[in-house]
Amino acid sequence: MHLRRFLLTACLAALPALAAAPAVQAQGTIRIGMTAADIPLTNGQPDQGFEGNRFTGIPLFDSLTMWDLSSAERPSTIVPGLATEWRVDPADRTRWIFTLRRGVRFHDGSEFNADAVVWNVRKVLDREAPHFDPRQVGVTATRMPTLRRAEKIDDHTVALFTSEPDSLLPINLTNLFMASPAQWDRHRAASPNAEAAWGAFAREPSGTGPFRVTRFVPRERLEMARFDGYWGEKARAERIVLLPIPEANARTAALLSNQVDWIEAPSPDAIPQLRSRGMAITSNAQPHVWPWQPCFTGDSPLRDVRVRRAINLAIDREGLRTLLGGMMAIPVGTVPRGHPWFGNPSFNIRTDKAEARRLLAEAGYTPQRPLTLRVQISASGSGQMQPLSMNEFLQQDLKEVGVNVEFDVIEWNALFTNWRNGCQHASARGVHATNVSFAAMDPFFAMVRFWDSKMAPPVSNNWGHFNDPRFDAMIAEARNAFEPAARDAALARLHAAGVDEALFIWIAHDVAPRAMSPRVRGYVQPQSWFVDLRLPYIQ
Amino acid sequence: MFFYLIRRILYAIPIALAVGFVCFMLVQIAPGDPINAIVPADAPGDVVEQVRRDYGLDKPLPVQFGIWLLKVVQGDLGRSLATGRSVWSDLSSAISNTLMLALVASAIGFVLGCTLGGLAGTFRGSLLDRAAVGIAVAGVSVPHYWLGMVLVVVFSVQLNWLPAMGAGPGGSSDWVWNWEHMQHLVLPAVTLAVIPMGIVTRTVRGIIAEIMNQEFVTALRGKGLTRMGIFIHVVKNAAPNALAVIGLQLGYLMGGSILVETVFSWPGTGLLLNNAIFQRDLPVLQGTILVLAMFFVALNLMVDLVQTALDPRIKRA
Repeated sequence: MHLRRFLLTACLAALPALAAAPAVQAQGTIRIGMTAADIPLTNGQPDQGFEGNRFTGIPLFDSLTMWDLSSAERPSTIVPGLATEWRVDPADRTRWIFTLRRGVRFHDGSEFNADAVVWNVRKVLDREAPHFDPRQVGVTATRMPTLRRAEKIDDHTVALFTSEPDSLLPINLTNLFMASPAQWDRHRAASPNAEAAWGAFAREPSGTGPFRVTRFVPRERLEMARFDGYWGEKARAERIVLLPIPEANARTAALLSNQVDWIEAPSPDAIPQLRSRGMAITSNAQPHVWPWQPCFTGDSPLRDVRVRRAINLAIDREGLRTLLGGMMAIPVGTVPRGHPWFGNPSFNIRTDKAEARRLLAEAGYTPQRPLTLRVQISASGSGQMQPLSMNEFLQQDLKEVGVNVEFDVIEWNALFTNWRNGCQHASARGVHATNVSFAAMDPFFAMVRFWDSKMAPPVSNNWGHFNDPRFDAMIAEARNAFEPAARDAALARLHAAGVDEALFIWIAHDVAPRAMSPRVRGYVQPQSWFVDLRLPYIQ
Repeated sequence: MFFYLIRRILYAIPIALAVGFVCFMLVQIAPGDPINAIVPADAPGDVVEQVRRDYGLDKPLPVQFGIWLLKVVQGDLGRSLATGRSVWSDLSSAISNTLMLALVASAIGFVLGCTLGGLAGTFRGSLLDRAAVGIAVAGVSVPHYWLGMVLVVVFSVQLNWLPAMGAGPGGSSDWVWNWEHMQHLVLPAVTLAVIPMGIVTRTVRGIIAEIMNQEFVTALRGKGLTRMGIFIHVVKNAAPNALAVIGLQLGYLMGGSILVETVFSWPGTGLLLNNAIFQRDLPVLQGTILVLAMFFVALNLMVDLVQTALDPRIKRA
């Protein structure tokens, strides 16, 4: 009798839990294995490149303008974020007016307003500000090079000032995340200095994003819960757990042994096995260019446009795609056809070895006098795809048109450092090209920093010291075109000219492969470096 | 003995200085730039230089080293360039994780090594001896990162018996000694135990075999001592030398294994060093190597003292 009553009580007690279980599971916890070796910074300006923005930037914080990540079919464009609209001041084209979204609150409950915007601009641009953080300058100032200061107009309107007229500012602002001044003040009151306060803030961050941090174990995991007070569409998943697993085989094993539900960048070798175990492999065009960037100075043979065109025509990109298990897109420029900035180039990037031979011969390179190219590459590195096997493929491929390729293989950090030094620097060791992959999310990163003569080292990444007044004029025209359509048209002319001059050896575009458990539903892989983590959930 | 102890402790000071200096210089000599831990490669030159000034990386190298040394003397290992976190906070959690892994791996490796070595040395030339030597050679020869990957494929991916990575279901910070957590320890500990197991087996076998050939063993046998009685005498004679090898191996294990910890994403000192090397995170590199070197020195000292206690013939003065 006692036993029967006990069982009955136990069953009745379990009923609510059983009833609630499906609802919880429908939302679920998504465990993500990142390629990063550590949790990207959670102070509001993540490190670890755009993987940082993807996982601890956009989900936790918002910016004034944001990327539209809702579609897999069309290129990602900017949409209103914490600003609902913006315009340049016709009387002063270095002054932008941003109208702020009303009713937005940070995770700590404080209000988002114009003061918060000014505070967040000052945290990286005003060295006199009490909350200035030099650590955040590197990853911020780089991505909005013309922004100088912010000024409150009223509680929901703010003016941003640039050093020169710059129509690209709204795009650049996707990189300035809004952290909570109130939360920082709380930490500052309990910390000996501003640096320590930012450290404490990173452990307990507060933004306006769709997720809030619930647990942070340095170097191991970051747990985020859905923020129910989010101003926009709420996240479907209950929780996200981020795990840094830098080793590709360890990520694959973690997914196959059900320790994570989603991994970034599975190695191409593992994809058949992952598919055979029912995992979904996703990919999409990504503004991630994997090129050889030519040196335009000294005795570099790549100063000759015929040589640059010939190399572009000699590459068997289909073969390279096969090598990578299909995990690359074939480039026809820095941006793909159909992109608003693609334009109408006359040079068609394709595989045409006969034409490549003809151009090389015209430039004076024959089987008797073959062209020798020296390229600086890395053995591995974030965003570098499979640099050794890909470059060895190119070496073999270009041999067919009589081009001998020699590699200067160095470590990733060193290659990065040399990129900043330029091809005339001793660190380039006389190479004719460098192989640093890059993000092409916005026009500055995609084109301006490489083709503007003012961007030569040490200013930015015009590693090859390219210098052509026509390009400088086109860049100035784009920066001064404040109507989006006119700006896109100017950028399209710039891009088309770049393709015609073959200013890069465009080899591959990464497609951001991911592998996921079939339990992950609702996921959309946009044509972007970023992902909207509000959409996926666990079934 | 007391003065010996003091002298050995004082020896640690120049060792610490040399370790810190060599590590500092190696990072400076290596290609790359510590500033890359803070700013992306596409940062404009003026931003790079400004951040370099903010972090004191523009100062002459002797000044940078002096500043670091002054802080270390005051017990401050500085802050990570990459994360801004205190080096000590990251290092202390990493050390405790590596310690846990190393102790379990040591227990497996030394127990197996002493057992196999003891048996092989006692029964020299037998099938048991050959099997033990074969296992020892395999243990020393197999690359442990490869073995780790094989174990993961078999026990995690195929059989789904054990987790493939991490230090617990919720990370290492809430570690509890229950099966849910300890199962994360099994594969990395077994992988890490293989090399010391092989080395200890071979060493113990050699020592036991040598002692077994000595005249006092024959005398013991002639006196009619049982096999176990003789074995106890042999073990007592073998212990100091075996202990020296075990101590060295323990030191290596405590230093963490970059490869094993990377394969299993085990958040110990090996993984911490690996990340610091790739990021050129100088404060983390220097702090970690310094602490590990001191650990090694302390461990060697302890082994020396235990050896003296075990064998009064060894004099420390």
